[in-house]
Amino acid sequence: MSLTQTAKRKSRWPRALRRGLMENIATAIIAIGFLMLFQPFALPLYTYSFITMLAGTAMFIIVSKFPE
Amino acid sequence: MTEAGLTMLNRTADGVARATPEPLARKVRGISDTGLAWLFISPTIMLLLAINIFPLFWAIYLSFTNYRANRPNEVVRNVGLANYKRILGDQDIWIAMQTTAHFVFWTILLQTLIGFTLAWLIDRKFRGHAFWTTIILVPMMLSPAVVGNFWRFLYEPQIGLFAYAISFVTGIPATQIGMLSNVSLAPWSIVIVDTWMWTPYVMLICLAGLRSIPEYIYEAAEVDRASNWRQFWSITLPMALPFIMLAVLFRGIENFKMFDMVNLLTGGGPGSTTEVASITLKRQAFESWRTGYSSAFAIILFVAVFGLANIYVKALNKVKQR
Repeated sequence: MSLTQTAKRKSRWPRALRRGLMENIATAIIAIGFLMLFQPFALPLYTYSFITMLAGTAMFIIVSKFPE
Repeated sequence: MTEAGLTMLNRTADGVARATPEPLARKVRGISDTGLAWLFISPTIMLLLAINIFPLFWAIYLSFTNYRANRPNEVVRNVGLANYKRILGDQDIWIAMQTTAHFVFWTILLQTLIGFTLAWLIDRKFRGHAFWTTIILVPMMLSPAVVGNFWRFLYEPQIGLFAYAISFVTGIPATQIGMLSNVSLAPWSIVIVDTWMWTPYVMLICLAGLRSIPEYIYEAAEVDRASNWRQFWSITLPMALPFIMLAVLFRGIENFKMFDMVNLLTGGGPGSTTEVASITLKRQAFESWRTGYSSAFAIILFVAVFGLANIYVKALNKVKQR
């Protein structure tokens, strides 16, 4: 197989798991967690802010290794 | 280098090679380039692990325990997620978080607006602009301890220049302007001092951004008869945006950890109106000696800042790609 053909070969990585999309989702989760931590309206939102931010950050670290 | 110099260098190298014990020389000859690189950077890595990484993991471990630094002989018990649950259900800490958010929002907004405006004015290259740049940069070069004490005097209702100036402009008696003792004014007094001190830093970063815009883009805009306003919105602002965002990121992270200035100016008072998260953390760690609890609190703040940094780095890359 030539080099050009190898480069053109389609990636088997699922389209739904592309890095750009997943990073955007992770960023949105972090942003929501961040707002929950500092909002002055509801204590339950503050209570669940840390786990939201932690999940978003962990997700961001993992998906930033995904292929484009 | 001269001939004589080279000869002397060769002679010195020969001398060093002869003086090296044979077993060691054989070992060094056998090391690859990568191995040699690792050999050189390993002291730095060890130092980094010892002073940055180890304390982080130690704090994570302590956050799951009931450890108290003032009782070193007491048995350390694993409490699981109890510290985290207590912090995330504590109304006082929730209020401290809101105070921090208020402080961070206003300082960053003011510093970015004033810093960018100053950078834009300095970039006009008027007569004496270098002198004014130096004058503007002075507050940033001072120690926060000096600035804190200095502003305490300025805010004094009896002898302070700040109170006198406000009194002169508004007509309110200076004795009634207690910036640090008034519940509604105390948070703003810290915002003013932080803005005064760190606006030059934002200005410096914005100035670097403005100076990096090539002149030919403005010339092309002039040819196309773009107005000054249009040039500002379509060239200056978009091209300086990555730098502005960088400044916001740096200041945002720094201000979340803000401790020295608040501690010196108000100490968290009056009451707890200026008690930002770092002051609460210090009180829990070194006044109540709840080391495990305060470690959990520190980890929560760390995750918040780390998450924020991720968002900003992503936004920065996006702006750069445009």
